[in-house]
This record gives sequence, structure tokens and C-alpha cells, in this order.
Amino acid sequence: MTASIDLEVQDLVKRFGSFHAVRGVSFAIPKGSFFSILGPSGCGKTTLLRMIAGFLEPDGGAILIGGRSMLEIPPHRRPVNLVFQHLALFPMMSVAENIGYGLRRRRLGRAEIRERVERMLERIELPGYGNKRIDQLSGGQKQRIAIARCLVLEPTVLLLDEPLGALDLKLREQMKVELKLLQAAVGTTFVYITHDQSEALVMSDRVAVMHEGRFEQVDTPQGLYYHPRTAFVAGFVGQSSRWHGSVISGSSHEVQVRTDHGLELVARTSEDLRLNQPVDLFVRPEVITLARAKADLGALTNRLTGTVESVLFDGANSRVLVKEARTGREITAALPQTGQLSDLAPGETVYLGWSAEAGLCFARKP
Amino acid sequence: MLRKEAMSPRRSRTIGLAVFLTPAALWLLLLIVVPHVDMFLLSIRSKGASGVVTLGNYTRFFMEPIYWNTFARTAVYSILATLLTLVIAFPVAYYLAKVARGRPKGLLFLLCLLPFWVSELVRTYGWMILLRESGILSGLLVWTGLAAEPVEMLYNDVAILIGLIYTSMLFMVVPLVTVLDSLDDSLIEAAYDLGGSALSILREIVIPHAMPGIAAGSIVVFMLTLGNYLTPTLLGGKESLWFTEQIYNQFILRFNWEQGAAFGFLLLILSSAIVWIGLKLTGQTLADAVRTQ
Repeated sequence: MTASIDLEVQDLVKRFGSFHAVRGVSFAIPKGSFFSILGPSGCGKTTLLRMIAGFLEPDGGAILIGGRSMLEIPPHRRPVNLVFQHLALFPMMSVAENIGYGLRRRRLGRAEIRERVERMLERIELPGYGNKRIDQLSGGQKQRIAIARCLVLEPTVLLLDEPLGALDLKLREQMKVELKLLQAAVGTTFVYITHDQSEALVMSDRVAVMHEGRFEQVDTPQGLYYHPRTAFVAGFVGQSSRWHGSVISGSSHEVQVRTDHGLELVARTSEDLRLNQPVDLFVRPEVITLARAKADLGALTNRLTGTVESVLFDGANSRVLVKEARTGREITAALPQTGQLSDLAPGETVYLGWSAEAGLCFARKP
Repeated sequence: MLRKEAMSPRRSRTIGLAVFLTPAALWLLLLIVVPHVDMFLLSIRSKGASGVVTLGNYTRFFMEPIYWNTFARTAVYSILATLLTLVIAFPVAYYLAKVARGRPKGLLFLLCLLPFWVSELVRTYGWMILLRESGILSGLLVWTGLAAEPVEMLYNDVAILIGLIYTSMLFMVVPLVTVLDSLDDSLIEAAYDLGGSALSILREIVIPHAMPGIAAGSIVVFMLTLGNYLTPTLLGGKESLWFTEQIYNQFILRFNWEQGAAFGFLLLILSSAIVWIGLKLTGQTLADAVRTQ
């Protein structure tokens, strides 16, 4: 079992003065998988990555790559390579010289370097680009060269530090798919850090959500989305509507919550909640049923009335902002794909409903 | 009336351009072109015989070994001083640009600037106080017993080089700091990550990036050194044999302005030729080097 683990991190800690950047992170990544670390800026993900790459010395814990401890081993001796946020391609060298840099440093023969660089260029579908200068490449091409420059060294683990951040939206969507396919083709373990949940969810086999130096949850993208285990994950992944409230009654899996504004809602919970305990309640836009007639909501447990504030049309991802009638709170609901409510206009009265299992409740941290 | 209105914007633009360019044009004409033309005319005249055009002043330079020996020596020592300044200034500039941060950085930069708050004369006398036979270093050597009697460290080539390098440091450090500041740290980290050693990163990443700054600093230092009069004369004494001294002698001691002008022209050709060769050897252009300044 240990043989198939490429990267293992145990209880890693890093402090900068009195600031705890990384507080006891542990995880293990199986060989050949795509692992993402997702978190808002300042959550410590870059620090974590730089410790794995060897640019920072951890204050505690262990890093094992292929079962070997990496502590005290400098970056250039570790079987990991890093794709930098701004790529850090060498402008003074041609494309082929960039890709061949690491091979030259390993003192390989000229002919072998040329052959491996050419094979790599074919693999990333840029054959014949060897003699180009870096400033002649497009953003997406630079991206691929930066990854190729690392992959040609056949690292055990490839680290990627938000490399898609600098690209425009359309190219980013395209590169997401390309990266996932490339990873599947080469079979190298990828560790990808990002603050963009869509990048993490689309590409990864497993995602770790990081917050204030800790891993909140490590799961499959589906697991994170449908079964968030903490309030932070529920709020960060997806675009849920959120209420503060307290428990007024409940069983082991289902609680009734009165929100601070006086709404009474029922939601599921995986935590052991007490009566009157302050909680956060999350409801995703796509679980809310929208209707023009109250009767259409059927037997849904949670039912609210509101007026349409605005319709955010975005094709398959369209949303409606609804102002709840009693509290004036804003609720985001997904517009149904069937098109039956496509003529919804601001000012209209709508009815919102969702089942008890569709809401999620977490104890509020002080 | 209509015609006049249609023309006026263009005319006013022309006038504006003329107003802005006049100071530069005047400076170029009065301080660069006219003196050099005059110098050239002077250099092809022979002393005493007015109106006779001759190349005698130039042939005399090649006939007298002392002249072209001094000339070659000045060139070689200027190149040497430039290279040594570069070697010493590069780590200083690298530290200033890449290692030092915040307050220490400003303080260190100030330290580089400090010697320039006094005149070159005073700065050079400072070195004389240190290096002369009755000076501080010599006294220290005798006091510690490392030397039996006072040592004269002035009036030799090493003393000249020390003085020239010290005078030139800032002019090398500033362009180097500018160019190294613009080097993205992640390039160095990436090279390190890909297996580069410190030496290979310096050779393949840092120096190629710094080349325009190296060229700019070297040109300035070389020209300052070649045209320096005070430092070689004071620290080298009678044996300094610096070419500017020959020019001074012709103009001031021998009143031979014609010969001095010819020497001046030869020095101009020499410095231009060496800068051109240097740029060609390193594959830089003058435009790139000037932009760094």
C-alpha cells in the first residue's frame, strides 16, 4: 500500500513569526492521481506547496515522496518540480533550451536532450516550436511549455501553483480540460493549488479544502459538493444561501432552526447539535424549487414566499435573486432548465420550496 | 482667413517642437560639435606655422614610443579597472537588489553614495593618507611586526587601480541594481527547482538578464577611467604614465595646443573603438545599454 503513495505529508507546521501559516496538515496522495488544494488567498496553500517543493523549511512534521523523507533535501535534489504562478519561463532562452534546461543540468548527452525535448514538444502538441522565442508564444502555449519543462525531467510529483490564473476566461476553460487530459496521459501525480473552485472540481480526483492553515475536508469533488463536512466547505464550494440561527428542536439527523430574522427552517445535519445552539444553515441554489403558484410546491418541508429582485441569465447556469417576503433576505435560486420560468420578471411574486434533506446545518464557530 | 485657420494648428506644432528642441540643439552644437571641429582643425595645424595643413601631430604620436606606449598602457589599465570594478560591484549590486530588503537596503545604497559627497581630490587624498610610506597601513604593518620598516604603497600601478575602482564603483553598481531589480525571483527559483546549481544559474539566467546593465556600467566606468586625470596622477606619481597626463602636458606645460588636440582626438577614437568592440563581443546594442542608465 505504501508503495503506491507518491506524496505523504504528516502533521506539517509552518510559522512566520507569530503567524501560523500552516497548522498541522496531513495527507497522502496515491500514485498517478490529480490532487487539488483549494482555498481562499492567505489560507496557507502556497506556503504548503513551497514546503513540498523545498523552498521553505517546515517548523514541524514530515514530507515523504515515494516513501523517502524530504526534509533537509534542497529543491533541486527532490523528485518534484514546480510550475510557477507566472510560469517563470527563461526569456533569454529558446523554447527548446527552456525544456532542455533541467536535462542539461543532469549532464545528459546533446543528442539525447534534443530527442527528449522533441518528444516532449510532440506530447504537448507543439512540434517544431523548439526554435521559437518565449515572447513569440501565446498564453496557452507558454502554459504548456512551462509544464513540459518540468515533465521532461519525469518527476514523481508535479506541483502547480495556480498556473491558469493569468489566462483569460475562455482559455482557462480550455486549459482545464487540457491539463486533466495531459495528466491522465502522462500518469504523473499532480498537486494543484488554486482558489478557483471550478478548476479544482473539474480537474481533480480528490480535493482538499484549506482554511486558515488547516485542511477542512479532503474528498472527491462530488463528496465536497454534496456532503460538505464543515460550514466553511459548505459556504466556499458552490454558491449557497446562508442563514444564521439557532436550534429549536430536532432529532439526530434533522433539526428545526429559527433564523435570526425569525424564519423557521428544517435541515439535515451530521453534527451533534444541542437545543438553542447557534448554527449556520446552507441551501444550494439548485435544490430550491421555484413556482408561480403556491400549490406547485407540493409537500416540500421548507416553503417561503418572495419577490423576484433580478434574473441573472447565464444559459444553463441561470439564477434568480429572490427577496424573501417576511425578512427581506436575499435568496439565490437556480432557474429550471426546462425553460418554463424563463419569462420571470423582476417584481413578480414567486414561491420557494426545498426538502428537509436539501438544507445543511452546522454548529457556528464562535 | 479660412486658409490661415486651417494651417495654424500645424504651424503651432512646428513652433512648439522648435522651442522644445532648441536647448538640446544648442547644447549639441555649442558644447559638442563646435569644440570638436575646432579641436580637429587645431590638430591638423603645425605649431607656429599658421595656415599649413599637416598630419605631423598624428605621425609624431606613432614615431615616439613613449606616446603610444602610454596610450596602450592607459587602454589596458582602463579595461582592467573596468573588469575589476564589474567583478567587485556585481555581488554588491546582487545583494542590494535581491537580498537586502527595506531599511537596510536604503542604508546600504547610501553607503555606496557616501564617498561621492566629497570631491574626487579629497577622496584621492584619503587613499594617499592610507597608502603612503608614513601612512596608516604602513604604520600598522610596522606596529604589528609584519614589516621591519615603513612600506611605500603609493606611486605604483596597484595604487592607481585601487583609486580608479573606488571612484568608479557607484557608476557600476547603479545600472546593475536597476537591471537585477527587474529580474523576477521566480526565474531563479525555477532554475534551482529544475536542478540548476548556483554557478549555472548565474551563468545562464542572471548574467544574460543583466547584460544590458553590465554593458551600461562598463561603458560609463571605462570612459570615466580613460579620461581620469587626477587619480592616476596623484596615486601613480611621476610614473603613472596616463594618457590624459600627456594631453595636459602638451596643453599646459609645452603650450603645444596643436599636439594636445591631436592626442585628444586619438583618445576619442580609442574610447569609441573599445566601446564598440566591447558591445560587439557581448552582443549588446548601445540603445539597450543606454536604456538601463
